[in-house]
Amino acid sequence: MSRRIVLGPFNRVEGDLEVSLEVAGGRVAAAYVNSPLFRGFEQILRGKDPRDALVLVPRICGICSVSQSAAAAAALREAMGLAVPENGELAANLVLAAENLADHFTHFYLFFMPDFARDEYAGRPWFDAARARFKAVRGTAAAEALPARTAFLQLTGILAGKWPHTLSLQPGGSSRAVSAVEKIRLHGLLREFRRWLERHLFGDALEAVAALDSADALAAWAAARAPTSSDLRLFLEIAADLELARLGRATDRFLSYGAYPLAGTPLFARGLWQPEDGATALFDPADIREDLSHAWLQGDTRHPWRGLTEPDADKAGAYTWCKAPRLAGQVVECGALARQMVDGHPLAHDLVARDGGSVLARVLCRLLELTRVLPAMEAWVQALTPGEPFCAHGALPDEGAGCGLVEAARGGLGHWLTIRHGRIAGYQIIAPTTWNFSPRDAAGTPGALEQALAGLPMDDARKSLVVQHVVRSFDPCMVCTVH
Amino acid sequence: MNLLWLQSGGCGGCTMSLLCADSSDLFGSLTDAGIRILWHPSLSEESGAEVLDILSACAAGHTPVDLLCIEGSLLRGPDGSGRFHMLGGSGRPMIAWVRELAAHARYTLAIGSCAAWGGITTAGPNPAGACGLQYDGEEPGGLLGADYRSAAGLPVINVAGCPTHPGWVMETLLALALGQFDAGSMDALARPRSYADQLVHHGCARNEYYEFKASAERPSDLGCLMENMGCKGTQAHADCNLRPWNGGGSCTRGGYACISCTEPGFEEPGHPFVQTPKVAGIPIGLPSDMPKAWFVALAALSKSATPKRVRENAAADHLVVTPAIRRTGLK
Repeated sequence: MSRRIVLGPFNRVEGDLEVSLEVAGGRVAAAYVNSPLFRGFEQILRGKDPRDALVLVPRICGICSVSQSAAAAAALREAMGLAVPENGELAANLVLAAENLADHFTHFYLFFMPDFARDEYAGRPWFDAARARFKAVRGTAAAEALPARTAFLQLTGILAGKWPHTLSLQPGGSSRAVSAVEKIRLHGLLREFRRWLERHLFGDALEAVAALDSADALAAWAAARAPTSSDLRLFLEIAADLELARLGRATDRFLSYGAYPLAGTPLFARGLWQPEDGATALFDPADIREDLSHAWLQGDTRHPWRGLTEPDADKAGAYTWCKAPRLAGQVVECGALARQMVDGHPLAHDLVARDGGSVLARVLCRLLELTRVLPAMEAWVQALTPGEPFCAHGALPDEGAGCGLVEAARGGLGHWLTIRHGRIAGYQIIAPTTWNFSPRDAAGTPGALEQALAGLPMDDARKSLVVQHVVRSFDPCMVCTVH
Repeated sequence: MNLLWLQSGGCGGCTMSLLCADSSDLFGSLTDAGIRILWHPSLSEESGAEVLDILSACAAGHTPVDLLCIEGSLLRGPDGSGRFHMLGGSGRPMIAWVRELAAHARYTLAIGSCAAWGGITTAGPNPAGACGLQYDGEEPGGLLGADYRSAAGLPVINVAGCPTHPGWVMETLLALALGQFDAGSMDALARPRSYADQLVHHGCARNEYYEFKASAERPSDLGCLMENMGCKGTQAHADCNLRPWNGGGSCTRGGYACISCTEPGFEEPGHPFVQTPKVAGIPIGLPSDMPKAWFVALAALSKSATPKRVRENAAADHLVVTPAIRRTGLK
């Protein structure tokens, strides 16, 4: 005897989300993920001046705003045939990294951890500490983390005018050149954030955490000091008690477009990691398709170069506004875990070798990125050369096309732009959560979250914390998902 | 005062902006002002059925809502059904929830230009049938209608901006909580005058370039952004250059045009955002309150009087000529 449970609205995710679960024998038999908001950006963009994309696309999402800008700038850059000067790459990387790290930080402190401060966990050995630290709105962590986040995002005040929704990222680089004294200020802001992270989040040097190379090394590191000595150690104690490493396995196929390019080489590698290969392989963006079989959208399966977005709210068999992207027919997962798998970080590999992708692995890889990207940002600031150009210039073609593939905090973000008669003829977007929260495809294969939810214990819609942990471990951005 | 915050057809960016508030204790400041957050989608503990319980009690008038904050446009499509945003788990369109909640709210606030006017979501063909709470672009109306008044007798307070500045939101909420906000606190578009009585031009760091019409021609140039780059800072109502964004920024300080994001209809300017429309070489959009003939005359005069330093720096991305050192005393 199975029954259907509908969960929503989900909070502490960006945007609105509804999850329907078929429950049988106290377990989730099948999950259906609904992205319930449709705005139609791809329709809005058609017919516009191509440069207008730089104003419009950041406003798809207030938390992934810069990554949308970066993807549009990259697509325009390809169409214009521009090469970005080194300063421009450094500045763009810094702005995108500021957003991505702030997002990881916000996810941990505001979105994810407050679930462990819920009364349902009263009696657990770590509960009192978790409640004092992470209680939504009232915990000490939010009060301390918000000012640290605000100060860190002052990087964007210098480099991008403001956050969110900057127009400083240009096809040729950055509209905001940096002076020598501003380099000093940027350096100071980065070091201030490093000190906060090392003191509160990690209780150790960033480099020491980045160097942890196995689950055993992680456990030994955690055991070296009391769980309450840092927020990561407290999380690891909770994760061990609740076995978060065994929760939320999806496809174990991990995609990364490659993050933070400099002179043709990204800081984090580009590629596809699949269990059959056991190593990172190349992938071809030409193998991407968007399947519309279960979305309230008309049309057939297409590559985004030819993609359409035509709503049909009454379509039979559909249950979401989200398309179902597939890579060579496969469901893939993207995000910090995917980036670290593709880049070959040993801790990510060990966690996946033991238990596959999990709540623990996803959350840990976000924190790992804080330890790996912040030192890179410090180096990028030092490499800025005031007086040298920050932006290359060129003309838009009347006819052309460009593809922009970037890594947002939540994973791979792609923009496919075609220009005809000087106007946008086609603009298709596949966001990270479009991959992760996709519905079933025509073959009936569920999306990544839908797979991760199947099999979870579930007996009461009001006690669905396990489901909440799995959903939030992806750090979904629902406004990007459908756009 | 009870605060309830809901998001619909927007991007969540106004909440993200609010979290950048220049406060060492954002939640403490709200609590200190007597503001209690009933629920906020990004911040609160409650999820799913617990949220629906809270919303139902508010919509029925059982739980008083003093400050109803709506972020994002209201989606009426397709065909007036509101199905482009069904509130998760509720089986009902968000616009139905907002109508019910607004009927009881003591004050209703549109947080950002989407909730105020419809904003970016209404651009192009407005695929989702988006509108603002009490405006449909420049036309009064919107979801709640031009005649709507909240229980306190005020129209929707339009804390417009894309995104809105954290200070604009916090100061409006605190003014309401302190009883220091009334009909006279709003301009003709129901925006808080605390920021909307200013122009973005005020305090712009590029003012010397503006004075001499020494103009930027390409992204990253230091010159004035008005003549070529689409800047509307001389017409847009906001204090963006008098109070910093993210510590010290603003659009013009970031090297790009003000797109007048606090104004209704900004999303469809009728020209590329980053290109100034001109007739006979003269920008169409001239500074607010300035007679055109005078502007043209002064511009011609100031262009011919432009110092070499200002002219050369305007077309560079860093200072190529520094100011001359002069004795400033009367000797």
